[in-house]
Amino acid sequence: MKSVLGDRKTIAILLGPALLVYTLVILVPVVWSFGYTFFKGNALEGFEFNGINNFTRLFTDPDVQAALGFTVKYALLLTILQVVFGYGLALLYTFVLKKSSAIIRTLVFFPVVVPTVAIALLYQKLFQSAPKDGLVNELLVNVGLGSVDWLGSGTTAFIVIVIMDVWRSMGFYGVLLYTGLLDIPEDIIESARIDGARGFSLFKNIVLPMSLPILYSSIIFSINGTIKVFDSVFALTGGGPGNETTPLTLYMYRTAFAFSDYGYGSTIALVLSIMCLIVTALIFRGARRDNTI
Amino acid sequence: MTVTNVDNLDRTSALVKHDVGGRTPAPIRFLKRIPVLIVIGVLLIIEIYPLFWMFINSLKSNTDFLNNPSWALPEVWEWGNYVSAWVTGNLATTITNSIIATVPSLALIVILGVAGGFALEVMVFKGRGGILLLILAGIMIPVQMILLPLFTIFFNLNITGSLLPLIIIYTGHGLPLTIFMMATYFRAIPREVFEAATIDGSTMLRSFWYIGFPMVRNAVITVGLVQFFLIWNDLLIAITFASNRSLNTIQAGLLNFSGEYGATDYGPLFAAICITTGGILILYLFLNQQIMKGLTAGSVKG
Repeated sequence: MKSVLGDRKTIAILLGPALLVYTLVILVPVVWSFGYTFFKGNALEGFEFNGINNFTRLFTDPDVQAALGFTVKYALLLTILQVVFGYGLALLYTFVLKKSSAIIRTLVFFPVVVPTVAIALLYQKLFQSAPKDGLVNELLVNVGLGSVDWLGSGTTAFIVIVIMDVWRSMGFYGVLLYTGLLDIPEDIIESARIDGARGFSLFKNIVLPMSLPILYSSIIFSINGTIKVFDSVFALTGGGPGNETTPLTLYMYRTAFAFSDYGYGSTIALVLSIMCLIVTALIFRGARRDNTI
Repeated sequence: MTVTNVDNLDRTSALVKHDVGGRTPAPIRFLKRIPVLIVIGVLLIIEIYPLFWMFINSLKSNTDFLNNPSWALPEVWEWGNYVSAWVTGNLATTITNSIIATVPSLALIVILGVAGGFALEVMVFKGRGGILLLILAGIMIPVQMILLPLFTIFFNLNITGSLLPLIIIYTGHGLPLTIFMMATYFRAIPREVFEAATIDGSTMLRSFWYIGFPMVRNAVITVGLVQFFLIWNDLLIAITFASNRSLNTIQAGLLNFSGEYGATDYGPLFAAICITTGGILILYLFLNQQIMKGLTAGSVKG
């Protein structure tokens, strides 16, 4: 039996093509990109050796610091908001709406699948201030507050990005955490109730501790996605005004394609990869702890 | 609305009605539901109203949009906006490009990914764990890390003027997660199934095609949907490798359309966004349960 399950020809036929494509499209370029960090130039004009200049530049470049700052600020804030709102939704689905939650879940999930570009353009219009106020400014004016030039300054543009990304992703975290809450055995909650646990105390002593593993994976998953943020920022603000809402991903893109510097672009990409690597290491630690992998 | 014992036993009563034990008269029960109804109402308005708002504005003329409150219904329903969005936005071309890029990638990802997942999970060989780890590493690599070498390669192969780069990258980039997800699905099938088939004289390749593949058919749909959304909604790879106007995918095309006409042709821009969203909505109406299951499953495992 072993010999059949271990038949080399079959393994080669089944796994070979996938492994080949994976190696050529992911593994080789990763190593290649690492090599680029010691060069300067681009595909059209050729490359020249640059020593460790890209790395020294990296540590003194104020734009990198700004982009890194934006990425970290965005990732942390969005992770907290996504998980908190998602958890709130999950609690609502599980304990308040119960069986009738299917329709609400489905509706709230819908923005998750809408293309990011479409959502970003919609938000540009919702938060528009010229030539005419968008919906948000109309509301503000109606309650007596003035209209705000939302995308005109870095701080308010950041707020719009965060609102938009929470809006479109909270349905996702709602469902993700909801499936986690469903896994809490019914009889544990039952017996806690018989022991007199009600409302908040039931939540604090039973539900919250039992949902910590899934909360942990959601947080890690959220960080992993948010440090790679590109589409929503690119389509909503284009990194502006100036470069005040430019994450590392977008700075890398600009360095490579607007300033044609593949070497420095790869160096920034490497920083990004290291950040992802650290987060992935955390995933493995977490997974090993609850034996999910 | 009568109160039943079953109703009292569920978790709602434990969490929400903590201050009232036992049976509650129907009117009070209804009053207690009001905060919940308000929460749900606000939630739905926040999540769904912007989409409705976008739709009503897609039917307004420019003067209507500029002079009236944006929440008002259109004075005249300008269905012509959709026609001009379709024509000036080049939607026919961009949608075709998106389909040309998505369909082959999706087919390749599913075929290679399912076969790879099967080999890694069911077959027995040395180095299996190592390969699985290597593939896991691929899930976390940000696209930025492979963008520039691939651009150089495609430039030198002289295929940057086609959609081929998109198909190649989407396939390679989608494989790790697919292989990994499929491996976990195959783990649920007892090896005895394949061993029995072998005793009956089937080769492993036959067993894979006639037993393994059909048994994970639902999982294939799930995985396929995850990849469909990742590819269809991709922007970064599309603008890097298909920046040429005639190669624009739907996302890149929409962004360009907004850049060129968005500041002056409001109705058509809203209409173009509606068309993009509408196609996805139709898919979602039919497959929402599988989509929700698939996307969240992909994340926990990834």
